[in-house]
Amino acid sequence: MTTDTHTTTEHGMSNAGYVRIALILAAITALEVSTYYVDFGPLFMPALMIMMAIKFVIVVSYFMHLKFDNKLFSWVFYAGLILAIIVYIVALSTFHFFS
Amino acid sequence: MTANTHADEHGALHTSTGLSNNKLGMWLFLGSECLLFGGLISTYMLYRGRVGAGPRPSQVFDIPFTSVSSFVLLMSSLTMVLAVSAAHKGDDRNTYLWITVTALLGATFVGGQVYEFTAFYNEGMGFTTSLFSSSFYVLTGFHGVHVTVGIIMLMSIVGIMKRSKVPGSKAETVEMIGLYWHFVDIVWIIIFTLIYLIPA
Amino acid sequence: MAIIERPSTTQEVVAPATPSSSLGALKRPVATTGWKSWLFTVDHKKLGIMYSAAALFFFIVGGLEAVLIRLQLAAPNGKVLNADLYNQMFTMHATTMVFLFVMPMAAGLANYFIPLQIGARDVAFPRINAFSFWAFLFGGLFLNMSWFLGGAADGGWFMYAPNSGPIYSPSHGIDFWILGLQITGIASLAGAVNLITTVLNMRAPGMKLMRMPIFTWMQLVVQFLLLFAVPVITVALFLLSFQRNFDATFFDVAAGADPLLWQHLFWIFGHPEVYILILPSFGVISEVIPVFSRKPLFGYPFVVFSGAAIGFVGWGVWAHHMFASGLGPVSVAVFSIATMAIAVPTGVKVVNWTMTLWGGKLEFTAAMKFAVGLIVLFTIGGLSGVTHSVAPSDTQQTDTYYIVAHFHYVLFGGAIFGLFSGFYYWWPKVFGKMLNEKLGSWNFWMMVIGMNMTFGPMHILGLQGQPRRMYQWTEARAGEGFFNLGFWNAFASVGSLVLTTGVLLFLINIVITARNGKVAPLDPWNARSLEWMTTNPPKEHNFDSIPTVSHLDEFFHRKYQEDANGQMVQVKTAEQVMKELEDNADAHIHMPSPSYWPIVLAAGLPVITFGLIYSIPIGIVGGIIVLFGAYGWSIEPGTAPDDDFDPPTTTKDVVHVG
Repeated sequence: MTTDTHTTTEHGMSNAGYVRIALILAAITALEVSTYYVDFGPLFMPALMIMMAIKFVIVVSYFMHLKFDNKLFSWVFYAGLILAIIVYIVALSTFHFFS
Repeated sequence: MTANTHADEHGALHTSTGLSNNKLGMWLFLGSECLLFGGLISTYMLYRGRVGAGPRPSQVFDIPFTSVSSFVLLMSSLTMVLAVSAAHKGDDRNTYLWITVTALLGATFVGGQVYEFTAFYNEGMGFTTSLFSSSFYVLTGFHGVHVTVGIIMLMSIVGIMKRSKVPGSKAETVEMIGLYWHFVDIVWIIIFTLIYLIPA
Repeated sequence: MAIIERPSTTQEVVAPATPSSSLGALKRPVATTGWKSWLFTVDHKKLGIMYSAAALFFFIVGGLEAVLIRLQLAAPNGKVLNADLYNQMFTMHATTMVFLFVMPMAAGLANYFIPLQIGARDVAFPRINAFSFWAFLFGGLFLNMSWFLGGAADGGWFMYAPNSGPIYSPSHGIDFWILGLQITGIASLAGAVNLITTVLNMRAPGMKLMRMPIFTWMQLVVQFLLLFAVPVITVALFLLSFQRNFDATFFDVAAGADPLLWQHLFWIFGHPEVYILILPSFGVISEVIPVFSRKPLFGYPFVVFSGAAIGFVGWGVWAHHMFASGLGPVSVAVFSIATMAIAVPTGVKVVNWTMTLWGGKLEFTAAMKFAVGLIVLFTIGGLSGVTHSVAPSDTQQTDTYYIVAHFHYVLFGGAIFGLFSGFYYWWPKVFGKMLNEKLGSWNFWMMVIGMNMTFGPMHILGLQGQPRRMYQWTEARAGEGFFNLGFWNAFASVGSLVLTTGVLLFLINIVITARNGKVAPLDPWNARSLEWMTTNPPKEHNFDSIPTVSHLDEFFHRKYQEDANGQMVQVKTAEQVMKELEDNADAHIHMPSPSYWPIVLAAGLPVITFGLIYSIPIGIVGGIIVLFGAYGWSIEPGTAPDDDFDPPTTTKDVVHVG
């Protein structure tokens, strides 16, 4: 049975660090919501997509420890993610979704 | 969860990669879940404009309300990670505390979703009203079921831990549930942007 | 299938003797013999045997369905089946063969041989393994229950809209089909997570990835394909469920939906699925051919990487199943080129096998015959597959018997021949007895002749325009001379009976072998890989001591070494190699303990799905069973605590497995 002696948090982050990450996430979320009230013009779509990606990566890297963990975990997870993105974008393009 | 790996006194795992079976299995499962939610999101994207005689997305969505419930779910990720951190330190009291808070925040989110669905229904958006409504309810409903399963797991693990019945490592079990919980959160990060914030 | 109970040979594995201290909600099962030992087992070998036995049962069911189809088409105006029953027959034939025979049979071989090939004592998650098997079995039985409850699914195995909708298929057949496949999907997904973790994490010391036997490698690729492909069909099936049971309109053109959405989701799953079906067989013959050529596999890294490449490119070709659906010229061109590209890694494999045979001391055992049969027949099917990548020609062939001919050459001539090769090769390993070689030879030739008689003429029928799934043909429109449809249909039907006889010979062979087959020697084939470096059948703990691996083909390199002239000469017998392992045997091995929970959890699933079709309260009962099972599971340790064992052991000399 796995013992508790070896933990990922040791080379992960402190609780204060987690709170800081959460504050950053909250700030980005506020910015995201602001797009609903303020007109961002042509920046609207790219800004939202970028903010979404940043939030996603932050949660995965820090809260889910992927940044500090073995590369194999990142590899299997991002393999699924990237495959999903590519396959479904191709499928949607055959419906002329993006044109 | 099965704990099949063994650690020597230095804590190194006796597996070929030195990694825990449970954790590797969980990450594989989450990789697979990407394809599941990807399919549901794509279905919604394809059908979001097909509203028939029913309301359009922008007519029913209540962005301020959903922003708040999204924020609640996001913060539950913080409390979850604090629970994992406490579990790794062997601090049972704080582990219980943060797990309970996480479950409550999750329940708040699900409650909000129930309220939202009821409101949509009253505005004339039933499950079969249009392709938009069906695909919306299927996607967000699937996510809601995932959150609910997460809440059940969180409540169960507290009960099981209090009776000291966790086979294997407590910290790792909490960490596993944590990974699942964060995944549900990142799926919502995507749903919130793609479905709610980008108008069809 | 005869399941041979075998006494374990030298060393008894100790089972927990005092289950009372188990933490589970029920006392842990402890039986090591009798039916209980099978029902609650978590042993990968017992599960592998049960997987294969169940798959063989479904093979017979699917085969009988095929024979009925051929009888119906043997003569003009066939009267064997009516149109409705015929639709159910071809739908269930395909579904059964794909989901309930080839996939679980490959899963059975994977279960049994992956741990043995990588030098492990069990899989990473033994209880999940048991759950996968029971979920597959219950899902398969649930699917077939529809025959007795108002008719089976009748929309064709890819279940296109609108035929899948409630208007065109009002019976519950398709509901059973959807939910049954959801259950087997859960089984496949759990199996994929389990086997990938096993291959990556449970290897013996020194067993680097590039020293793994090819069968394990191909299974690793397959499990990744399953991991990522199963959720896609899960989505598609859920959408169809909601359409049929809760009046959604996801694929209903009248409501403004795109029926092509189903086709995309189905084939995004469905194309990786065809590699899920064929790659295990590629793995099997990549083991068999070197052994019976007395040569190492030619270009091992190429076989590995071409397998991975097939798995990867397999994700980019799904729309070639949809060339006739009006995708538009750009999509068609892209998918057409990708489809041509995927022939390359497949061709690499054929070249590697041929080069392995080249100059070898060939020994045509039954296993070898099936392996060579695969190379030839799969190549024929592969070539007709390449003709499909040419979109204009494919548009002509879509939904004709030419397609039926193609996929039977790759699936019967490919996948199933590979599995049969595996049966003959590994039978002595699993049951300790040799299958009869003479009968095996008859089995092979009947199957080769039968399969070519059945599926060969379908090329002609298809190019002449006979549509697939047509339930009758008439003399008036059958044409004349060499291309007379009547002659070739009758010919194919006779062929199917020859084929059936071939399969029957295999079943007879099993019975004869079980009754008085020759007891297998330790190393009957002079084999190369680790699974042969243990007794036949293997002990419950597989290896007395875990071997340290220093070569690809480790077992061979322990038996043979290079002499001064660079010739490989035998330095040890298999018995001597075994003796070394036995001398270092681990004293106390605690195997993962049997458990009630996998079968309880799996049994809840069909109850839920039954409830979804007939009455929600039944479904709730199923949900409660699942919750109960999950709860019992989560508080029970995978291996019983050390003090449950008798005699009591100190933690120091116990080897824990898993």
